[in-house]
Amino acid sequence: MTVTITWFLILAAALFSIGVAGVLIRRNALVMFMSIELMLNSINLTFVAVSKELGLIEGQVAALFVMVVAAAEVTIGLAIIVAVFRTRSSADVDRLAEMKG
Amino acid sequence: MTEFLWLIIALPLVGALINLLFGKRIGEPISGWLALAFVAVPFGIAVGPMLGFMGGSAHPETMYLFSWIPGVGADIAILWDPLSALMTMIVTGIGALIHLYSIGYMHGDERYPRFFAFLNLFIASMMILVLSANYAMMFIGWELVGLSSYLLISFWFTKPSAAAAGKKAFIVNRIGDLGFLVALMLIFASFGTFDFATVFAAAPALITVGTATAITLLLFVGAAGKSAQIPLYVWLPDAMEGPTPVSALIHAATMVTAGVFMIARSAVLFEMAPVSGAIVAVVGTATALLAALIAVAQTDIKKVLAYSTISQLGYMVLAVGVGAYTAGVFHLATHAFFKALLFLGAGSVIHAMANEQEMTKMGGLRKKMPITFITMGVAWLAISGVFPFAGFWSKDEILAATLDKGGAFVILWVVAIFVALLTAFYMTRLFVLTFLGKPRWDEGVHPHESPATMTVPLVILAIFSASIGGINTPWRLAFEHFLHPSFEAIHHELGLSGAQIVGLALFALLVAIAGIAWGWKQYHTEDLPAEDGAFWRRSLAAYGVDDLYGKYIVAPGKSVSDWASDTLDAKVLDGSAHGIGTGVRGFGDLLARAQTGQVRAYAGGVAVGGLLLIIVFLAVGGGF
Repeated sequence: MTVTITWFLILAAALFSIGVAGVLIRRNALVMFMSIELMLNSINLTFVAVSKELGLIEGQVAALFVMVVAAAEVTIGLAIIVAVFRTRSSADVDRLAEMKG
Repeated sequence: MTEFLWLIIALPLVGALINLLFGKRIGEPISGWLALAFVAVPFGIAVGPMLGFMGGSAHPETMYLFSWIPGVGADIAILWDPLSALMTMIVTGIGALIHLYSIGYMHGDERYPRFFAFLNLFIASMMILVLSANYAMMFIGWELVGLSSYLLISFWFTKPSAAAAGKKAFIVNRIGDLGFLVALMLIFASFGTFDFATVFAAAPALITVGTATAITLLLFVGAAGKSAQIPLYVWLPDAMEGPTPVSALIHAATMVTAGVFMIARSAVLFEMAPVSGAIVAVVGTATALLAALIAVAQTDIKKVLAYSTISQLGYMVLAVGVGAYTAGVFHLATHAFFKALLFLGAGSVIHAMANEQEMTKMGGLRKKMPITFITMGVAWLAISGVFPFAGFWSKDEILAATLDKGGAFVILWVVAIFVALLTAFYMTRLFVLTFLGKPRWDEGVHPHESPATMTVPLVILAIFSASIGGINTPWRLAFEHFLHPSFEAIHHELGLSGAQIVGLALFALLVAIAGIAWGWKQYHTEDLPAEDGAFWRRSLAAYGVDDLYGKYIVAPGKSVSDWASDTLDAKVLDGSAHGIGTGVRGFGDLLARAQTGQVRAYAGGVAVGGLLLIIVFLAVGGGF
């Protein structure tokens, strides 16, 4: 049984769905954050798999870009979460509704 | 000499600026003397060139100063011909005398320099009007004259009646100005230029009688506003709220003659439109009659003079209407002298009587004010038309020219003769009630002769009022020859014979004497005659014309304005503006509900949106 690209794509889709479900269901900001990381990395997996299959280098480049942006995002996101936690002793996003119009 | 003529306009303007900016620091009475100098010097400048016309050595010329609107004949240029020279002499000459008089009359007024600034502004505006070489520049002067008249009538603006009178004068004049403005547009549309010389040269060939009639009738609407003719005369009696020198300068001698001047200037156009001429003549006669009928019953000395001015302006308008431009301008000149004298004399009396204007409370001032008495006497005889005073000659010429027209104009002649009778009557009434008989003064009033600055102008004006008629007698037509270059294109010879002219003059003299005798008999009595009955009451109320205008013109106008302000503006316009604002805000509130602040709701939105997109792509693309 050879491992074809379909396997990688199915795995990536499963990881992405888990990430979406995590963002929608969990209320803890930190867990939502980890779910977003899961979504990003599932996309990375797709990029690399397709890149290998089609023999194109662009997919791998895109994956590297995503990693850099994700790293930056993590830095800022974590800083915000820490700041929110310090002022409210909670990271429940449902209670952060000050921006309501 | 003529190269300095622009100073006639510039100097009074400079004088007005100086008094306006530094008047407070210059103070009384120097600011008055300064203003006088800025009017007297232009008079001096104009004398020499004017004498050139008298000697017959000078020719009319146009001095180009600078371009205002290129290509439409609207340059700033001076037309120096006998007509404008004469007007310059009258305006600056009488203007200077009235400045001199005002130095004494306005003594102690807290806005003394401001008054002289306005007087100078008026002289400058009037000079722009009379010296203009095209209709556009004339219109500037026309409007500026209206402005300075407004400023001067409401000079004592803390008095509500004076403020109202100023507004009334301005608004009524505005109606006339509208006619003038439309006439200007029509002139430009027909000729493509505003320039007098071009328009008058091209008129006979270029426009039809119908166009000429339309232009001249519209011009006459403007003239009726400034020269206080039916139906726009109502502002002039109210204008007496201004200081008396202003009444003398603006509302007797100069500004009100602007309309007559403008018609005389446009004589070529009026000659082309006999219908307009006839209408002008009829309106002039009707105005003369109505104003004389009102003047007989007035008890306020200035009101009598105001209505008398309207009546005399009616004579001038009648004259230009029948094509007797020289006669009209001649009466304009003589009237300027004796009416200015009458007003200044009345001012002297009012000054002496501690601001009392009711003639019923005067009487017996002859001994107390000998100079005013004698000079007013001269003016009284002059306006009544007694030989050999000024009014006799000029009024007689108008009457002769009207009769000479023949046909239905004979009716106008009869009315004009009747007005002459009334004029003599009411002027006698004024003179007797004021100076003769027993004193009827209020307690505590001590009349005294006025200071020299006031009596000197009276004496000078009296000398002219007595003698100026001599410049144009039937056997020595000096004035007609003098004016000839201005009316070259439209010269009329009277068809009457010499004997007829003398007969007419004698008849007019008889009428004047009859009027004086009638007035003398009525009023030179022990007790004042009771002036009641329907005729006197209606006459005193000026036949209710003001109320009529108030009811049928002002009130409907006001209700339209009220509707525009309360309904149209407050409800419709404001309402729609507010409605748009409210609508936008409501829509915004609706959209704001989408912004819950719940981050998971946003994420849900993104997820659902993404899913929908995938479904759409699958459906449209038919699979990958």
